Amino acid sequence: MPLLDLRDLTVEFPTRHSTLRALDRVSFSIESGEILGVVGESGAGKSLTGAAIVGLLEPPGRIASGEIRLNGQRIDNLPAEPMRRIRGRRIGTVFQDPLTTLNPLYSVGRQLVETMQTHARIPNGEARRKAVGWLDRVGIPAAAQRIDAYPHEFSGGQRQRVVIALALCAEPALVIADEPTTALDVSIQAQIITLLKDLTRDHGTAIMLVTHDMGVIAETADRVAVMYAGRIVEIGPVAAVVGCPAHPYTDGLMASIPSLQQPIDRLRQIDGTMPRPDAIPCGCRFHPRCPRVFGRCLSEEPDLMPAGTTRAACWLHASD
Amino acid sequence: MNTLQAVTVSHLFDVSRPFVQRVLSGEPRRLLRAVDHVSFEIPAGTTFALVGESGCGKSTLARLAVGLYAPTDGDILFENQPMASVRARPALRRRMNMIFQDPYSSLNPRWKVRDIVAEPIKAFRLATRPTEAQGRVGSLLTQVGLTVRDGEKYPHEFSGGQRQRISIARALASEPHFLVCDEPTSALDVSVQAQILNLMRDLQRRLGLTYLFISHNLAVVRHMADWLGVMYLGRIVERGPAEAIFRTPRHPYTRLLLDAIPNLSQIGRARTPVGGEPPSPISPPSGCPFHPRCPLARERCRVEKPIHIVAGDVRVACHAVEEGRDG
Repeated sequence: MPLLDLRDLTVEFPTRHSTLRALDRVSFSIESGEILGVVGESGAGKSLTGAAIVGLLEPPGRIASGEIRLNGQRIDNLPAEPMRRIRGRRIGTVFQDPLTTLNPLYSVGRQLVETMQTHARIPNGEARRKAVGWLDRVGIPAAAQRIDAYPHEFSGGQRQRVVIALALCAEPALVIADEPTTALDVSIQAQIITLLKDLTRDHGTAIMLVTHDMGVIAETADRVAVMYAGRIVEIGPVAAVVGCPAHPYTDGLMASIPSLQQPIDRLRQIDGTMPRPDAIPCGCRFHPRCPRVFGRCLSEEPDLMPAGTTRAACWLHASD
Repeated sequence: MNTLQAVTVSHLFDVSRPFVQRVLSGEPRRLLRAVDHVSFEIPAGTTFALVGESGCGKSTLARLAVGLYAPTDGDILFENQPMASVRARPALRRRMNMIFQDPYSSLNPRWKVRDIVAEPIKAFRLATRPTEAQGRVGSLLTQVGLTVRDGEKYPHEFSGGQRQRISIARALASEPHFLVCDEPTSALDVSVQAQILNLMRDLQRRLGLTYLFISHNLAVVRHMADWLGVMYLGRIVERGPAEAIFRTPRHPYTRLLLDAIPNLSQIGRARTPVGGEPPSPISPPSGCPFHPRCPLARERCRVEKPIHIVAGDVRVACHAVEEGRDG
């Protein structure tokens, strides 16, 4: 049984005139100790998927259909209080901006202790010892001295480490990391990536890593899901998705990334922009921008189908 | 000919507490050396790229290059004229312009796109009649891949990539020779980034533009740059032809940066990240500013500031390279 299982998750935002479908039948699963990368452009629905899993959709957004299971138990229809206990205890979250995630008025030690004591009965002294241990594990130098420091006394990279410690201190089985390195410089980013990988190895934590940086995904993830306009268009092992992408969108995305190895004269670009949720084209939603479009793409919407070692939502791989 | 030349430029910010408090508590003045004895030149029609992490002084140098800040020390020459006299003469000043990082905050939300693009034309009186200005705006918009009708819209009706196209059109409106591009694509998605980078290279070829290109993304820099300068804590630690530096990076910091980039071709790579973070520029380390993080640091690096030595086409400020113990 997978740790996390999404089945046809659909998220809608009712508006005055119509209903916008921001996520459309998204399905995937994550096993314990696995890192699933979720990539796509801004507005593709990456962060929304994470928010739906932890039950933090901004109203009026709501789960219209589909289900989310954690260890086989449905969590998409839980009332607020049981959901709150799952958040933090069984699912930890790391968001992009470390400064807004931390409370500026509390010392980091107090925030760590409070998080642990919310989810488990731990005496104060032991909680504090554990907090020092977590700060040490995420690589804060002189953790015992810095435990009473406030968030503004840490640098950006250290703050993100503190946020990771906060997400992990209740020892959740799943961590949703939404752009955890985007606000950081490359040398710090490398440190955070290494930290995340060590955690999956040592604790068997599963990570859903949401980012738009394909390089980070290639180095970190075991499998990748590529999202486009609210749907998963391709999912598979990282080497296959990066190395020989089956979906024309994934292919274009890979080719548009400048390479350090061989500079080329002109980057391949995908012309146009991703459609807004109120103007999703009929048929395959990528067809207006697709270089390999043909008749069937205009009328019928493809679902994920086997395509070599990955699965892609593209009629090029239809077997019939 | 060099479009821009910087000769041992330094820029200091006064970060002392307010005067009265400072005098009452008997503190000395505190100065932040954002740019420290930086020299480089950009030949006409080429791209000089500056890379480095946050707080290394890239953006301060960009502002110095268009004369928004005056250097505390040293000289900046634009087309062989001192910057101060360039700023005083509109006919010269209009030959340089700037593209900013954030396409959301750098366009006035209350102005129509055609007014945004027409502003430099009006400011420098480049059109004699309103119809002429309108025609110019139309051709600028087509040049960057928008349509004349887009001029009637407001910035919020456009996506990030299209807004960056508007910024480029505005920057080109004063018919510049030289553009400073401060992280022009870092707010954009990769597929949109490719569109903007391609556009910038096409424009450079067609109009003979010179770019000072600032970025923290080395892969983007490799795609764009003819010349490269690597900055650390206000100093350029390595500079020269981009190709030569990418082929054989010499300075330990350049190597660290190149090694830290996550790479598509290195799936599941186990890395040994360099620890530590850039120190605060208010109290930089003694000697070589990189020595606390440098794997090759020795006693000399802790006390003596390295000067630039010439190694082939590249200039490097590193004792280890000078002593030949850089492996």
